[in-house]
Amino acid sequence: MKIAEWREKVLEVGCYEAISEMLKRIEKSKLNAYITVCKEEALKKAEEFDKGKLKGKLAGIPVAVKDNISTKGILTTCASKMLSNYKPVFDAHVVERLKEEGAIIIGKTNMDEFGMGTTTETSYYGVVRNPYDLNRVAGGSSGGSGAALVNDECVLSLGTDTGGSIRCPASFCGVYGLKPTYGLVSRYGLIPYANSLEQIGPMATCVEDLALLLEVISGKDERDSTNAGRCFSFSRVENKYKIGVIKEMSCNEDVMEKYEETLSELRKFYDIEYVSLQSMKFALAAYYVIAMSEASSNLARYDGVRYGYTIEKLESWRKFSSKVRAEGFGEEVKRRIMLGSYALSAGYYGKYYLKALKARTLIIEDFKRAFEKFDLLIAPTMPTVAFKIGELKDPLTMYLADVNTVPANLAGLPAMSIPIGFVNKLPVGLQAIANYFNENMLLNFAYDLERLNIAKVC
Amino acid sequence: MVEIKDVYHVAELANIEISDKEAEKFRVEFEKILEYFDVLDEVPDVRPTYHVVTLYNVFREDKPGRCLTQEEVLLNTQHKEEGFFRGPKVVE
Repeated sequence: MKIAEWREKVLEVGCYEAISEMLKRIEKSKLNAYITVCKEEALKKAEEFDKGKLKGKLAGIPVAVKDNISTKGILTTCASKMLSNYKPVFDAHVVERLKEEGAIIIGKTNMDEFGMGTTTETSYYGVVRNPYDLNRVAGGSSGGSGAALVNDECVLSLGTDTGGSIRCPASFCGVYGLKPTYGLVSRYGLIPYANSLEQIGPMATCVEDLALLLEVISGKDERDSTNAGRCFSFSRVENKYKIGVIKEMSCNEDVMEKYEETLSELRKFYDIEYVSLQSMKFALAAYYVIAMSEASSNLARYDGVRYGYTIEKLESWRKFSSKVRAEGFGEEVKRRIMLGSYALSAGYYGKYYLKALKARTLIIEDFKRAFEKFDLLIAPTMPTVAFKIGELKDPLTMYLADVNTVPANLAGLPAMSIPIGFVNKLPVGLQAIANYFNENMLLNFAYDLERLNIAKVC
Repeated sequence: MVEIKDVYHVAELANIEISDKEAEKFRVEFEKILEYFDVLDEVPDVRPTYHVVTLYNVFREDKPGRCLTQEEVLLNTQHKEEGFFRGPKVVE
């Protein structure tokens, strides 16, 4: 549901009634999109809106927030047993912004444990189901944020994207999702997985709504030392973009059919050429080495003392914390922490971590060269449609699904997934990547595609 | 080649207790994943990128702001005593 449609409904029945209906929908839903539903708080806010007390750009709009984003006094679990009892004592910067603009936080969405996955199957709270086929996944890691949008279980949602975690569920669920330029949105209050790669970003069912949510969450925040101090505002520009189709980013036959159909549509309106980015062959390995290394350091904080899962008996430090971590973390999280520890350990640092950082330089330079010639780069967001639940049996096979999305994170570039239709009744996404802080161009391109009926939701 | 003792070694570095069954499963998986990472051997010698943002010396006024209270800080733990965290024994 779009903001405009929601506003119409609220005019008709009032915000309290509209939110009540949405809460009932969530309760009956089979998607498992939420870990926590903020029933009482949401109804209280709706009442305030009806009394004219709630003001701002998002006044009265129900927004779903991914469960790795801190919400004061509201359970924030990262879909992990480790944080299944954790209630932050402060709000993330983006949550403060939502509240300042009058948004109603409807709930906390399900995800892969600590964002580590492409299917939400690693969630301690069970998999999120795809709204178009309940036997398939909604994508990950922000699967709940994607699925909830399709089933009208929220109007807007926030996801986070470390290696594609906004774009993948956007693609699998057929909605819009944008990973901003690194530094545009403050990460204060985002529970970290891989700091140098991740960004919080908006997800929505139309471009205008996506742009508005990005406007609200972007901006200066001194509490995140990598924050660029920039504010985003959407302005409509009509332009004939020069578009590069990334040769190295491919997909399976089903998706290719839809993708090529879209390319030939695009050729009618834009100047399109193929472009080769040779460093892409290093991207996936470099991404996983860096993400796992950063994870191994970030997740060292979970020691059972200050917060999170713990055990009663305080034995020696080593025994106590290694037991807490064995019981509190799921298998994929352990796998990544251990591989990260390995990549950073004596004798292997030069072979893995340092090489990955060098690959990162090559990837950035490749993109720089491409943007000298092109305004936008495009590719299929995901190499496949949504997987069947249980289809990916082996971790490496799951990692390979991220091959088209991780390069934008390594380079820190803004990238979005635009829904371009269906293959066998399952959504397919087009990925567009722009130069640093060129979100306005990305959104204008998506806006054009929406008007041209190349991009469509449902 | 990943040996079982390597898996126990990283588990110790990572501070995660693992069972023998888990160790063998991880060993097989790690071997496959690390083999995939070998593609990085071909990366030429360029300068490494640690961070994509080019921010230098971001200053702000050194003004005291609001801190979390002792009570708030202790809200999420069950191991506390007289306003402090109670931790496990560090020295044997």
